[in-house]
Amino acid sequence: MTKGIVKGIIANLVIVEVDDPVSQNEICMIRHSEAELMAEVIKIGGNLIYVQVFESTRGLKIGAEVEFLGNMLEVSLGPGILSRNYDGLQNNLDTMKGVFLKRGEYTDALDRSKEWEFVPLVKKGDEVQAGDWLGEVTENRIKHKIMAPFTLEGSWKIESIAGKGLYTINDEIAVLNGKDDSRLPVTMVQKWPVKKPLKCFRNKLRPFRILETGIRTIDTLNPITEGGTGFIPGPFGCGKTVLQHAISRQAEADIVIVAACGERANEVVEIFKEFPELEDARTGAKLIERTTIIANTSNMPVAAREASVYTAMTIAEYYRNMGLKVLMLADSTSRWAQALREMSNRMEELPGPDAYPMDLPAIISNFYSRAGIVKLNNGEYGSVTFIGTVSPAGGNLKEPVTEATKKAARCFYGLSQERSDSKRYPAIDPIDSYSKYLEYEEVQKTLTELISENWLDMVEYARDIIKRGKEVKEQINILGDDGVPLEHHTLLWKSEVIDFVILQQDAFDEVDRMCPLERQKYMLSKVLSIVRADFTFQKFEEVALYFREVINLLKQMNYAPFQSEQFKGYEKQLESHLKEKEVVYE
Amino acid sequence: MNKKAFKKIYTKINQITKATCSLKADNVGYEELAIVDGRLAQVVKIMGNEITLQVFAGTEGIPTNGEVMFLGHPPTLRIGPDIEGRFLNAYGDPIDGGPELTGEEVEIGGPSVNPVRREQPSQLIATGIAGIDLNNTLVTGQKIPFFADPDQPFNQIMALVALRTDADKIILAGMGLSNDDYLFYKNTFENAGSLDRIIAFINTTEDPPVERLIVPDMALSTAEYYASEKKQKVLVLLTDMTLYADALSIVSNRMDQIPSKDSMPGSLYSDLAKIYEKAVQFPDGGSITIIAVTTLSGGDITHAIPDNTGYITEGQLFLRRDTDIGKVIVDPFRSLSRLKQLVIGKQTREDHPQVMNTAVRLYADAANARTKQENGFDLTNYDERALKFARDYTEELLAVDVNIKIDEMLDTGWRLMAKYFSKNEVGIREDLVNKYWPEVKK
Repeated sequence: MTKGIVKGIIANLVIVEVDDPVSQNEICMIRHSEAELMAEVIKIGGNLIYVQVFESTRGLKIGAEVEFLGNMLEVSLGPGILSRNYDGLQNNLDTMKGVFLKRGEYTDALDRSKEWEFVPLVKKGDEVQAGDWLGEVTENRIKHKIMAPFTLEGSWKIESIAGKGLYTINDEIAVLNGKDDSRLPVTMVQKWPVKKPLKCFRNKLRPFRILETGIRTIDTLNPITEGGTGFIPGPFGCGKTVLQHAISRQAEADIVIVAACGERANEVVEIFKEFPELEDARTGAKLIERTTIIANTSNMPVAAREASVYTAMTIAEYYRNMGLKVLMLADSTSRWAQALREMSNRMEELPGPDAYPMDLPAIISNFYSRAGIVKLNNGEYGSVTFIGTVSPAGGNLKEPVTEATKKAARCFYGLSQERSDSKRYPAIDPIDSYSKYLEYEEVQKTLTELISENWLDMVEYARDIIKRGKEVKEQINILGDDGVPLEHHTLLWKSEVIDFVILQQDAFDEVDRMCPLERQKYMLSKVLSIVRADFTFQKFEEVALYFREVINLLKQMNYAPFQSEQFKGYEKQLESHLKEKEVVYE
Repeated sequence: MNKKAFKKIYTKINQITKATCSLKADNVGYEELAIVDGRLAQVVKIMGNEITLQVFAGTEGIPTNGEVMFLGHPPTLRIGPDIEGRFLNAYGDPIDGGPELTGEEVEIGGPSVNPVRREQPSQLIATGIAGIDLNNTLVTGQKIPFFADPDQPFNQIMALVALRTDADKIILAGMGLSNDDYLFYKNTFENAGSLDRIIAFINTTEDPPVERLIVPDMALSTAEYYASEKKQKVLVLLTDMTLYADALSIVSNRMDQIPSKDSMPGSLYSDLAKIYEKAVQFPDGGSITIIAVTTLSGGDITHAIPDNTGYITEGQLFLRRDTDIGKVIVDPFRSLSRLKQLVIGKQTREDHPQVMNTAVRLYADAANARTKQENGFDLTNYDERALKFARDYTEELLAVDVNIKIDEMLDTGWRLMAKYFSKNEVGIREDLVNKYWPEVKK
């Protein structure tokens, strides 16, 4: 074990002198009078090692001893990760003592005494590779696969495998034989360095099917795919977090990993309190059963903030390898970038734009590339879908983090201050936002199969009306209400119908918050039939009055359970209201 | 005191900048306090035996042979019953002519609360101001700043809000407060007869700016003591956080750090978050609520200070002078309380969320109509009604001099909507309209 001595301290950057070898990103422990402080090597210059400490360095003195552990920052992977609340270094927050976080307190990520009902999936003599399934246990409702060590090279033979029964994560459940007669005992837990992607699959595919979120403006207009990447930039107060929470509650995923990265503690508390109560609409299970939270709130140490997104991603990749649909959310990736900036600044590196490190775009795109849908060695699919939020300084999208993320992520959900100011939530801008996946032929194919033959045309038509409505609005602002033809008013209000009924959605309403695809299709067809119709108006003043009532009735439909009596009642009222002005062609 | 006598005294200072000085010393802990030529300082950098100290009172007149003594501990404060009702300076020493504090010595700027030990904020704070209670309802354990230009009466409003709440303790952290404002707070609290629940840490414009950096930690460590140990409801007032951030940039500049946006240090977000995140609701009833002031320059919220603040706090209250009625209002567009969802329609009447949103939407319609009017276009009948509605709404609800109960605010909202609009124009859920829509006599 390499040992060293502290030579310099600047906030959480500590300089250590060593004589023996040390590797980049190696973890070390600094012995402080009160506690052992964990740190990571971030720069090596001769025998001076720069480490970032994951804790406060208050009271630390020159000459303190440092011990290097020989491994990078790792997470423990095994049954018992779901429903846990971890900090950025995978310490279990619930088993920590006291109200305040004590530095140097590290807790076990997994419960080592719990017994799991193990069912073998292989038999003696079978050949396995890294990541192959050896058996499974039931974790919450999920079949948690116990996998061959991810570090295996080549093919190994099963020498023995445990029978069905109860085991703790440390019990030996299999022994593997390698080529040169090496023997490897296997337990249900293994470790993996967070900064290394877990690649025990056959190949990565192009995303081909939609991941339903229940949010109309996403699913209908700019859908994200299983294994896709997206990001949500927006000034503060535009509903980034509300939107992310809605996605985490409703998305059609087996597993949701939420990384609260440098954001408000109260927002995490909301998840802590609500997820054990709320039900997953698809399975009826409590949401917390499929969720793991990595909380590194803004007042927790900055270096651990950087680690937290990697910790979350590694856990997501682990569950992907079980053939599951994993959704990972990170709020906010800007805080992670700022953590990098603080460190780069303390190391006196030459700064890039806005004082961020020069390699920021590379780091961000590297991270986004860890998402994806994969085919496992056994032919099953698994996916990690990643959505990150970005908090652009001053709401200006021309800043380094947003620009770098734009290059890496395929869906862009830009939140607009203007929409937010007029309380049009979710404030995703329908014109600027995009989903590159709509251009994928395989996505187009699955969408038409899943929804309907003409779905994509319907969506494009709606998008077109929204665009033209915006143009008309600008014209009216310049020319005045009576300066434009009557048809312009009708067009504007048709686009308002799409805005109010399809784009806007009440995240706090029991019914409206979650809109399944079938209902989205129904409502879009309904709305488009109104948009396509011709109406007889005499004066432009009539138009607004008439369409306000149309919107009102359609909104009441959104608030009512789908196809309920109430829903049909409003639909009937709507039809009779439409008849008043609609032109019927014989 | 005896211990101090054995402390080693250094007398060779190598380097002095406006805010820092460096010297060679051994066995010094990071963030430890020191006395430099009689002034308090803190260790901000250690390189081998070269120690850099941040001198809070500034370095004017410090000689290279000035005496330096390390105290062996980070900043502390004496907290005990005799701190109640007191006005103290940034170091926690009395400035009100009263006796020295005798309480237990507590380290300030301690660790943060484990998020799983927090409770979700759930108790409404009523202020009587409709711009707050109706549109941006506050909750205990929340942190929220006023965004205001320097000429707005934010200190008066903060004092008003503080006294109307039922907080057990009000802790005032004044940073760069003008002497007049300091005296205003002192008199207001004295006249209200609530001096016993006040504790104030004051740095005025007459004091050195770098001293401001310890004021929030002083105030919040005191708040933590009362909220965590005494299970009290504590309200902390931070005024003005922009001046605090300015002090941060002075120090980082003196330490040759590379500035990021608007000459602010790259760590501004973390520095501010460390303060604001002290707001907490404990499960056993104790809570810390933070109401702060961030002064803006010409209403610009894209500047690094308000921008980072907005990402940290749970909303913001944006003050603006309304030219129509000539009063200061809480701007319904720019203001937001993120935690209002936890209480509105739950602890307040069921119609609260919809009345709030609809009224703001109609107010937005009025703003559009005004733009049209300014551009010289004819207004529709709807536009005219929206404008009239907006005027009444501003006068009766948005102005900061309103002082009514929340139910009354909701009734006013319905009355104004019914006065100018028809039921189907407001687009509120039908069952609520049927229940609350007032019959208007035309």
